[in-house]
This record gives sequence, C-alpha cells and structure tokens, in this order.
Amino acid sequence: MMKRAKLIIITCLISVFSYSSKVLAEIEIVITEGMNNARPIAVVPFKWSGNTVLPENIDEVITSNLRRSGKFSPISLSEMPQFPTVDSEVNYEAWANKGIDTVVLGSIESVGDDKYRVNFQLVDILRARMTGGESRVLVDGSLVVTKDHILEDRSKTIEGEDFRQYAHIMSDIIYQRLTGERGAFLTRIAYIVVKDRETNPLPYELVISDYDGANETRLLSSPEPLMSPSWSPDGNKLAYVSFENSRSQIFIQDIYTTERTLITDFPGINGSPVFSPDGQKLAMVLSKDGNPEVYVMDLATRKLDRITRNRSIDTEPAWAPDSKSLTFTSERGGKPQIYQVHLDNMRSRRLTFEGEMNLGASITPDNQNLVVVNRTQGNYHIARQQLSTGNMLVLTKTFLDESPSIAPNGSMIIYSTLHEGRQVLSLVSLDGRFKALLPASQGQVKSPSWSPFLL
Amino acid sequence: MLTNNKLRTLFVALPTVALMACTSSGPTDEELQAEQERLERERQEQAAAAEEQRKAQAEAAAAEQMRKAREMAAQEKAALEAQNTIYFDFDRSTIKSEFESVLRKHAEYLVKNADQTIVINGHTDSRGTPEYNIALGERRAKAVETFLRNEGVKGSQIAVVSFGEEKPAVMGTSEYAFAQNRRAEVVYR
Repeated sequence: MMKRAKLIIITCLISVFSYSSKVLAEIEIVITEGMNNARPIAVVPFKWSGNTVLPENIDEVITSNLRRSGKFSPISLSEMPQFPTVDSEVNYEAWANKGIDTVVLGSIESVGDDKYRVNFQLVDILRARMTGGESRVLVDGSLVVTKDHILEDRSKTIEGEDFRQYAHIMSDIIYQRLTGERGAFLTRIAYIVVKDRETNPLPYELVISDYDGANETRLLSSPEPLMSPSWSPDGNKLAYVSFENSRSQIFIQDIYTTERTLITDFPGINGSPVFSPDGQKLAMVLSKDGNPEVYVMDLATRKLDRITRNRSIDTEPAWAPDSKSLTFTSERGGKPQIYQVHLDNMRSRRLTFEGEMNLGASITPDNQNLVVVNRTQGNYHIARQQLSTGNMLVLTKTFLDESPSIAPNGSMIIYSTLHEGRQVLSLVSLDGRFKALLPASQGQVKSPSWSPFLL
Repeated sequence: MLTNNKLRTLFVALPTVALMACTSSGPTDEELQAEQERLERERQEQAAAAEEQRKAQAEAAAAEQMRKAREMAAQEKAALEAQNTIYFDFDRSTIKSEFESVLRKHAEYLVKNADQTIVINGHTDSRGTPEYNIALGERRAKAVETFLRNEGVKGSQIAVVSFGEEKPAVMGTSEYAFAQNRRAEVVYR
C-alpha cells in the first residue's frame, strides 16, 4: 500500500522553461468560519520513545486535517485531562466530563534505520462508558469479550519520508469511521500562480501541492498565460492550456515523468480541457468552426465529436459522474446559464434560472448537486443547486469568486477569490458552514483543481 | 543693293582682320588647334559635371522623397500603434462609435500596406470565470477583425488571440481597472 502510495514527485519536473523548484507561494489554510458546529474530538500527542527529532509531527497533521474538514473541532493540549497512549490508559470519565466523546491516541517507536512503527487507536468514549471498556457479544453461540469501543486499532511500519502521507491516511481512516464518508486528505490540488509580470520573465506557473498546501512543486513556468489545469482520474496527469506559443494550445503532462503531449493547436480558442471519469476522453472548447463550442476528443484516436452547435458562446464543459452527460455554460438564452447535454441523444436542457448569470458548473460526485459561480446583483459567489429540486443556495460571501473545484468526496469546494486585493484560493464546505482562506505569500493564485483520490 | 554689298564686305573683312591680328604676333596654327581642343574638352567636362550634379540632385531628391515617405509611413504606423487599444462596455463586444475613426485609420494603413500583418488580442476584466472570459475576449477581438475586414483589410493580414482575463493592463478591481482591461489591442508584427 505504501509503495503504491509513494507520492514524492521528482523535482526536475520542468519542461521547456526549465528550472526545478519547490516551495514557491507557501500556501497555508486559515479557517474563517464554521468552528462552532463541528464535533469535538481529541488527538492526543503520539508518544515517541526515541531521542531523535521525528521527520513530521503526526498528531499535528491529523489535528489540522480534522479541523480543516469543518466536521471536527479538535481540542487544544491545555484542555486535555491526560495524555494516554493506549486505550488501557484512558480515563473515560475524565474525557466525558470535558465533553469529548472521541479520542485519537498513539505511539511511535524506532524499529531500525529510518524505520518507525506507528500505532494508533480511535476510542469511542461514550461506548466505553456504557460497556466499561469491555462488552460481551454472541459469536457462533458463545459469549465473547470484545472491546467494541475501540473503533480503530492499527499499526504500521513506515519510513521517515512517509510520515506526512501516513498521517493523511490515518486522518482518512478516522474521518471515514466517524462520518461514514470517505476522507479526502490524501489528495492534491493543481493551480496557477501569476507573479509580478513586470519583474519576472516567467511569471505564469503551473503548481501542484498536497490538498493542504504542503509540498508545493512547480511543474512549469512560462512567459505567457497558463490556464485550466485539470486532473486525469488516476491522478498522474494534468491537462491544461498554455499560451507559450502566443496562442492557446491544450497539453497533457505526466506529473511524474514530466512528459508533455500537445493535444490541440486549432485556430482560435483551445480551452477548458476536462478528462472524462474513465480517462479515455477529453472534453474541451474549440472555436475553430467560428465560435466557442464544446467538443469531446477520444484520446486514443484523437477523433473529435462536436457536442454543441450554437451561434452563441458555449464553454466550460464538465462531466457528470456517470459520464453520460456534460454540463456547460451557454449564452443561447441571452446571458450565460448552465445547460446539460445527454451524450446518447445530444439533447440539451437548461438547469439554472436563479440570478443574472451562472457559470463554471460541475456536478458533485454523488450526482445530487450542481456547483456554480452565480452572479446576483453584480456579485459573483459560489452556489450550490440541488439537482432534484432546482433550489439554489449561495455558499460564499467573498469577492469575485471563480473556478470552483469539488473535492473527490464531495465535502468541500476549493475556488479562487479576491482577498485584500489579491487572488487567493479559498475553501467552502458543501453546506456553506465551513469557510477557510489559503493565502499565498506571493503572486496571484487561481484556477484550482482538486485531484481525484490518490489511493 | 549697294548697301548689301558693302555689308557683305564688312562681314568678311572683320574676322580676317582679327585673324590677321592674332597670327601676326602670337600662336601658331598648331597651338591654336590645341587651344581649341582644350577649350572643347573643358566645355565637355563642365557639361558632364553639370549633368552628374543634376543626376545626383535628382537622386538625392528621390531618396529624400522615399525617406520622407518611409518616415511618414513609420510615423503613421507609430501613430497607429500609439492608438492601438479600443475599449468595451461590461460583457459587451460591440465597437463603440468613438473608436470607429481610429479603426478606420488602421484599416487605411493596412490596405495601403498589404504585406503588413497584425494580431488582434482580446481581453476582459476579471469578473466572471476565466473560461467564459476567454470566449468573451475572442468575441471582442473578432468584432475588431470584422470591422477592419469591412473596411477592406484582407483576412490573411489578421490573426486573432484571446487572453481573456489573464493579462490585465491594470491590476486591481477598481472600476477604472476593469474599464482599462476590457479591451482589444491591434498589434503590428
């Protein structure tokens, strides 16, 4: 599992504008709203029996992950009544008195050169108080003593460089166990950084990082705009638009080998590339036939199917999770609104009616909601429309929101917004209750794209 | 009749006297011949020099005229390049009447200089999504292209590229910045 999961990116990734690099914009997450409806939890510092400094603070990474999910409110160290490392040391009453019903605890030991054994337990305090730490259940007709208040009990040997990744895996396990929904902590984001064009010869950068902004790696730098990064479903490739040849062209780049393939170079717009859920096709926008239209390319044969046929602007294709339809933005009704086209019969219907404009739509992984950029009274906000009822809920209050991209578990939306005069990335939960900013130390940050699950 | 005869005599006599006067005290016939040839040569040389001068002057005048023409063309182009940006209303791509005269000047120049090519770059402000703005920027650039073609510019002289909201002329989100960024630029190659 860990071998396959090795996500360290080779650093001389760069292609035509070559110089390799790590750590550029240094994004960190600042939560701005939503802590009061989150569930309290305690992540007790993991006990380390060695005398060296560990490569990464595992419990801190788990704490941050759980807090940033918007669903949990981890308590601070000073609020903890004790620092147990295994279930047998836990004083259930003491935690219950603090209002904590779930505790994460663990320990780390050295088991050889750069090898560490990580043990962790997820303890349900309420259940433990009911059973007294032991319960008896009938198994094949006989009573067996179980410790069913221990929701997870795992142990794994990892190497130093795997610490952060394993912390994300543990976070995923905890999150899924407690919410019933798959965690999206082991994911990445791709985005565009635009540095000062006056002082930088290569101001446009295509960057990827972990979902939390850690491990930033620049894939490409260019004197001309880069746009619209979008992940392949296996998480190995990015499709994007580059103006490096003074016109728009679509490329696909392998993020591990850095190999780059030119996909389209038609006259006019080559834009908005999006991989189909099976990775076989690429939806895109081309204006080679006169005005922007949605096309689907079969990547194996390079054959193009024209999907829209309309004298007005059609753009921003996005695949429905079942691949059977595309949503797109069209001006056919006057102002930009979202339409859906079924690929079997090519029939289109309009989905959005709220506000002056709706743009940049995508459908959530559960096929229940449409996420859009909604313009109402001149303000651009991220909104969610329930597909069954058509009810729309505006989720954000930030300024000039654009480019929403949904986490693969459907829990969170990352988007680009204006904060203190700069374009930054921002997060909002799908229910709109949790909000966070990801300010970067330099440049404008835009066009975020959330990767699929990487494991 | 008499008068005529007298006159004839006088006409003949005068040069003879003069000749007599020369030969009597001065050069020989050979010297005279040489002198005559020298004078003739001088005269020819002067004529040649004059001819050359006239030619040079004509050439200089032509060159000056060419230079002036080139300078005027360059000035015209520079003037056009200085007025290469036209601005649009929010979410619109119609060319406002105030920009028609400057676009006509561009068209005039391009029709006169048929080997001159241009790129029309379309831009938008940062409102709306990047993808939609790429489409809107192209529509603006194409509106300019259509205008120039209606004025007689050949399609082969024009290329269109939309940068959407990716290359703002003015950073920021003031109305001023937005207005400066909603533009099409005619770039001479």
